[in-house]
Amino acid sequence: MKPAGTDKIMLPFGADSGRPTAVEVPVGSVVQRTYWENVWRRVTRDPFTVACALVLMAIAAAALLAPWLGLPEPTLTDSARRLLPVGSPGHILGTDELGRDMLSRIIHGGRLSLMMGIVPVLIALMIGGSAGLIAGFVGGRVNMLIMRVTDVFYAFPSILLAVAIAGALGAGIGNALLAITIVFIPPITRVTESVTTQVRSMDFVEAARASGAGTLAIIRTHVLGNVLGPIFVYATVLISVSIVISAGLSFIGLGASPPAAEWGLMLNTLRESIFLAPLNAILPGFMIFITSMCFNLISDGLRSAMDVRL
Amino acid sequence: MNVEPRPLLNVRNLRKYFPVRSDRLMGPRLLVQAVDDVNFAIAEGETLGIVGESGCGKSTTARLLMHLIAPDAGEVWLGGKRLGGPDGLTLRQLRRSMQMVFQDSYASLNPRLSVQDSIAFSPRAHGVPAPQAIDKARELLALVGLDPDQFGRRYPHELSGGQRQRINVARALALEPKLVILDEAVSALDKSIEAQVLNLLMDLKRELRLTYLFISHDLNVVQYVSDHVLVMYLGKVVELGTVDDIYHRPRHPYTQALLASRPSMDPDVKIEQSPLAGDPPNPINPPSGCRFRTRCAFAEGVCEKVEPALTGIGRGHAVACHMRIPASGHTAGR
Repeated sequence: MKPAGTDKIMLPFGADSGRPTAVEVPVGSVVQRTYWENVWRRVTRDPFTVACALVLMAIAAAALLAPWLGLPEPTLTDSARRLLPVGSPGHILGTDELGRDMLSRIIHGGRLSLMMGIVPVLIALMIGGSAGLIAGFVGGRVNMLIMRVTDVFYAFPSILLAVAIAGALGAGIGNALLAITIVFIPPITRVTESVTTQVRSMDFVEAARASGAGTLAIIRTHVLGNVLGPIFVYATVLISVSIVISAGLSFIGLGASPPAAEWGLMLNTLRESIFLAPLNAILPGFMIFITSMCFNLISDGLRSAMDVRL
Repeated sequence: MNVEPRPLLNVRNLRKYFPVRSDRLMGPRLLVQAVDDVNFAIAEGETLGIVGESGCGKSTTARLLMHLIAPDAGEVWLGGKRLGGPDGLTLRQLRRSMQMVFQDSYASLNPRLSVQDSIAFSPRAHGVPAPQAIDKARELLALVGLDPDQFGRRYPHELSGGQRQRINVARALALEPKLVILDEAVSALDKSIEAQVLNLLMDLKRELRLTYLFISHDLNVVQYVSDHVLVMYLGKVVELGTVDDIYHRPRHPYTQALLASRPSMDPDVKIEQSPLAGDPPNPINPPSGCRFRTRCAFAEGVCEKVEPALTGIGRGHAVACHMRIPASGHTAGR
């Protein structure tokens, strides 16, 4: 309610009673907002989600602008200054086992790590989302076929499956990306299918069918809007999983290869120095933790902001 | 004698058996006989009420008519044209002239759409440009008694049950149908709101010259709104007649029991004995012969062997009971 003006309400007292005969009351007007306006308002009023979004934006901005930040070359080795501790002059975050500047490598590493987090989820979302939507809306044998195929993938733990696929395809960023995408298609398909099936059986979809509307119009107007929210929330969680898996692949040598800067790979190469310079060795892991944590918390915030079934 | 009006809707031999999983592995395929050989007609401008216990096939009949579920057999004629027949109606045309209001007012509205968008969806699906469709939706809102400026942009969760059901009525009218199926449309509402919505429905029927198929388990409401009444039992039509015939001269023992089960308005009149004992039999394995015989006080040998056909016993009054069929073999049949 927004006060739009005032109105007078007469009171049942005579003018001679010495009491006020009328009071002024503010009159409100109802502010109409669309569903997504409401979601946006709720998200921006949730301090945790806003903080996480800011942290992520800072990491992403630094990663994007890395070449223009005046940082030392991330692959420039200096064997005389190996494993300088955090806080050394000229190297705020120290150097790694080959004397490369840690700050530069962390920021440059963010480019690969974030890309490995987001790109596979986006591709898997398009493929798995369409498959799940078709399976859920068409139902019957089509559903059976699509869902049983995804079940096959479910037989393997996701990290093992990614390792197996990346291992079979060979090391390299492209192959790791492909492997993670393949791993994510089945769960996205399954979530989309279950939400779509649920929405499809609701009366408003029946009513839309009864109006003689075509399948595409029904999906666009009535199904997508109700399915996208939960899928979007789920995809945000998957980004954090994707960052962890890609770091894991790089860690065992199936993702990015030296001397490229990537958080998982850095964690691997710094592993042997964990007793000499523990802080330096932990830094890439800390970045992975912060990033995936932020995506997780944002996902939680979105979920509660979208939940308006009163 | 008044002239019998032309039937708007004609339903012939409508049938739907739902396959169900057997409880045994590799067991025989079982069928639920949800709607079995149902015939009826509704004259233009009239209201046909369908009554019966839960699970007797009332709602399935409605969904079969709209082809939300595909019937196994049967013909649907609307305005003298057969659905799917040569130069008959297409499904899209049928759904344009026949619309439906569902029981659950909340579930039948998309929670993500404002109510005017929900109403405008049907005209838009039939090619009306968006601005005109929204105008139409706002007109309809006014027609069902809701101020378009105040309610048009609201979402379903911001409305009461009665308001939502008005929206559903408006949506059903958006395509200017001839026939509206009201599937328990007022059953979930409070009594006072139910009366308001019923009055609205009656007003709309008069103004827009609509024909209603009114499905309900509430016998009093059906009596109030209907011209003709059809009584269903286990997927079969057991009695069909004018509202007067059914309520004052019921001839089928099931109809009689159903009417006797109504609570009296007089608190001193108590129903001592339940007029209907037990639950309806399992529709997977309905009794042989007459489906009602297991609960019927007058059942005889013939009821077990022969299925009674729906037989005319007077002007517009038909009943499926051996007691009313001459020479059926039942002792009461004479």
